[in-house]
This record gives sequence, structure tokens and C-alpha cells, in this order.
Amino acid sequence: MDNKFLKIRNDFPILNQKVNNEPLVYLDNAATSQKPQAVLDEMVRYYQNDNANTHRSVHTLGERATEEYEAARGKVQKFINAKESREVIFTKGTTDSLNLVAATYGEENVSAGDEIVVSYMEHHSNLIPWQQLALRKHATLKYIELTADGQLDMADAEQKITVKTKIVAIAHASNVLGVTNDIQKLAQMAHLHNAVIVADGAQAVPHQPVDVQNLDVDFYAFSGHKMLAPMGIGVLYGKSDLLKAMSPYQYGGEMIDFVEKYQSTWTDIPWKFEAGTQNVAGAIGLGKAIDYLTEIGMQNIAEYEKHLVEYALPKLLEIPGVTVYGPQNQINRNAVISFNLKNLHPHDLATALDMDGVAVRAGHHCAQPLMKYLNVVATARASFYIYNTVEDIDQLIYAIKDAKEFFKV
Amino acid sequence: MSLSGLNNLYREVILDHSEHPHHKHNLEHATDKVTLKNPTCGDVINLEVNLVDGKVADIGFTGEGCTISQSSASMMTDAVIGKTTADSLEMAQIFSDMVMGKKRSDADLEKLGDAAILSSVMQFPARIKCATLCWWALRKSLGEEVDD
Repeated sequence: MDNKFLKIRNDFPILNQKVNNEPLVYLDNAATSQKPQAVLDEMVRYYQNDNANTHRSVHTLGERATEEYEAARGKVQKFINAKESREVIFTKGTTDSLNLVAATYGEENVSAGDEIVVSYMEHHSNLIPWQQLALRKHATLKYIELTADGQLDMADAEQKITVKTKIVAIAHASNVLGVTNDIQKLAQMAHLHNAVIVADGAQAVPHQPVDVQNLDVDFYAFSGHKMLAPMGIGVLYGKSDLLKAMSPYQYGGEMIDFVEKYQSTWTDIPWKFEAGTQNVAGAIGLGKAIDYLTEIGMQNIAEYEKHLVEYALPKLLEIPGVTVYGPQNQINRNAVISFNLKNLHPHDLATALDMDGVAVRAGHHCAQPLMKYLNVVATARASFYIYNTVEDIDQLIYAIKDAKEFFKV
Repeated sequence: MSLSGLNNLYREVILDHSEHPHHKHNLEHATDKVTLKNPTCGDVINLEVNLVDGKVADIGFTGEGCTISQSSASMMTDAVIGKTTADSLEMAQIFSDMVMGKKRSDADLEKLGDAAILSSVMQFPARIKCATLCWWALRKSLGEEVDD
């Protein structure tokens, strides 16, 4: 398996460069992934040959652009196993998708006294839209606790999700703790009380097979740019009966049926939610990224990343002064490892690693309530993807030891 | 490692200020107190100033942050004690210009004392905010309009 993954690296021209005179080791994949040449080529091909506005231009290029845009929607449908392609709405990204649900379904279905359930490990994009909705509606926002090793406390979830719950909004995988949550079980809990479940799939879809029907989620959001596609394209999956009942998110061109002087009607899903000119090249790029990932196989990717984590975790834990957040073994872990080095601020650590060519994230990872929960200001985070190798991890370990020596910590 | 690169930023003086920060404590008689945060990393500085007759009679800071932010605050407190409000604000401007790579005279940089050594931050754009946070807090506590 390793050999196959080693070749993958050659598909990513950006990785072939030096940073601060050292070969680049890119370990900031949870923030954004790099793009393979195939995706870059596909977008150039589209702009060179087929660029036109979709769904309105009665000419050949318009037809081609529309066809490719809708074909990309079909690829997304298959990739996440949605029942129908109209359950796939193209958005700007995960944040946009989650705001869409909060501003439409949330606005229409949450009232004073209702409850919205989130967890302490939510990314701000799956927290603030619900927090603000709760404030607007005088609803209560409840947090599911975490277990001592940083997993979602499912017993607490069972307590927190009640007959008052209208929405359960949970990350499928954490961008800090490296855990994947049991969304299927949480969906059962939500549905038992007639609540809907919204899953933030930003850190899951790029790394493991995702089947929205099997998970039985009502809404599922993710971004293209974390899975080899360009920035500015993302997906909201929603069950068709829910989407049909929801009001549009934005109003304008393309989402209409008939517009009269004083009233209008809306077109069908998913276009009802795609007002204005869409990011067609982005959608086509996402379609190509899906082709690329499918060719490798999502299960293979999950296993390869597990192998990287299995290699990295004990090596990190071996370094005196290193604290790893989340589970201390590779079971239930995805390709994200957040850590701190005792007596060194993560920003200083990240600068030191950068001098060794190693790119990691340092900060609160847009998860400030989680940082408070863990009682840290910030952490460093190494996150892996398909083009990373054990040599990259060796370089990370070497660089951390270097930083330790330099700062005498 | 490119130790030379890292040495450029983390000079001995900077590491020393970070390990043994000057004036890192609360003031008993503060005439003004300002808290500023760096939203990208969660660093916080609480700056307390005791202004007497238009001069910084005493100054102290608390909070947490990286080596650069802590040493910068330590150097800043050294630099402004005993200075007038106008002189302190001028120093804040000199410091800001220096780390942003704007040319200032050697005489101007000398006014900063140890803090002038942070000119190396200029080569690390991601870290400029770490160095300037305390100076923004100073500006605010001396009455300048500062975005939180």
C-alpha cells in the first residue's frame, strides 16, 4: 500500500519545493489540503473550453457548463450516497452550509424554550450559527460533555438530547481531538425525540467513506478545499422532504420560478438554494477531486492515514514534555494530532518547525470553547493526508526535538 | 535546522526577557487598565498603567502568550517608565514602523531600548502581531483609539 501512496506525492506539484531552505513537509491538512495536478488541469480545461453561465444560456457553451455542473452534483451524490442528486446543494463551504441550515430550517423550527444540542468539540462554524440562533429565538444551547480522553460522552448525549431538543449539531470528526463521532447513534437519539441532526463533515469526508443514508443524518455539511478541491466550493446535503419545506436562503437570480411585481415563487430543490451565479469551476474541480479520491478508494485512504497516525503517535508521546490531546492510542483516531510542548507556546513551536520546513497549525483551531475545556490557550496541530509519508513524520519529530533543544525546554 | 534563522528571531535578549519578564505583575494604583487579545492564537495581555502628571509613573502587565509577546511586553514596560504620554505614544509608533519594515532613524530606534532588537520580527510576518499586541494595549491605555 505504501508504494501506491508514495507515488501520489508526485501528483502534487506544490509539495516539490523548499521552505526556509528545507524540503516542505505539509502537515496542515485539517486547515486545507493541497490540490493535485489533475484538479488544477480540469479547472483550466473548463475555463479554456466550456466557461459559461449555467441554467440560462441558450447556447452550446451554456449547455456544456450546465451539464458539467450538474454532473459534479451527481458525483457528490454518489460519493456520499445521497438518495437523489437534488439533495446536494452547492455552497461556498462548510460554514456557508451550516449557516444555511441555521438561517432556514433553524429560523423556521426553533422557538423560545426549545433546545439545541452541540458538543464541546465543535468548530466555530458548527457552534456560532446555533449559538446566535438560540439567542435570537430565546432557545437553550446545551453542550455534550467529553470523556477524560477527549471522546464524545455518549451517556451525556443521551441525557442532553430530550423531547425539547429541536436540533442536534455535531462534528462527524473533530479538527482538534482526532476523534470520529458515532453520528449514526446520535441520529437515533435525535430522531427518537423528533429532532433533526446536522453533522459537520468537514474533517470526515476527505478521510473516510461517508454514507449519509447509513448515518441517517438530516443535514450534512463539508468543504471542497479540505479534500483536494479548490476553495470556495462546498456541499450541504439535506433530506429532500426537509429541503422542500424550507424557505430559500438567499434571493436573486436563478432560484426563482415566477417573479411578479409584488410576489414570487421559487424553483425546485436544489436550485432554490443556489441563488446567483454559482462557482461552476469549483464544482467541476470538486467533481474531479472526487474522481481522484474514489480511484484511490476512501477505505484505503482511511487505512493509510491510520497507519501514519500509528507511526506518529508513539513517536510524539516518547518526546519528554509532549502532551497529546484526545485519545492516546490510535484506536478511534483520525489523522489529526493536537499537542503541546511543555514550557513552549505553540506559536513559538510552529515558527521553529517552519524553519525546518514543517508546516503545522498553531492556535485555537477555531474551537475556543474546546481550548477552555482542555484548559489550554492554544495547541500545535499536525494533520496528515494522502500525500504525507512516514518520512514527513520523521521530519516533524526531528524538528520538535530541534525546537526543544533550541528553546531548552 | 536553520538555526541561524531561528536565532535571528529569538536573540538571547529576547529569550531572557521572556524567561524573566520585567514588570509582570498587577499595579496597586493603576489609573488605567486595558485588556487586549490576539484572536488568532488566544494570547491575552492585561496592561495596567499609573499615569502621574502626564508621565508613566509605573506600568505592569499580566496575561499569557508566546515568547515574542511576553518579551515584547517586558521590553516595552522598561522603555516607557518615566516617559511622558507623548513620548510613549511616539515610541509605540516607532516600534510599529520598525516591525512593519518602515525606515526609522537609528536615533529613533535607540529610544526603544532593548525593544529595538525585535526589529527581527519583520522577517517573520506571522509573528508581527505577537510583538505589537502590548504596544497596542499601551496606545489604548494612553487614550488612543484602538480596535479591540
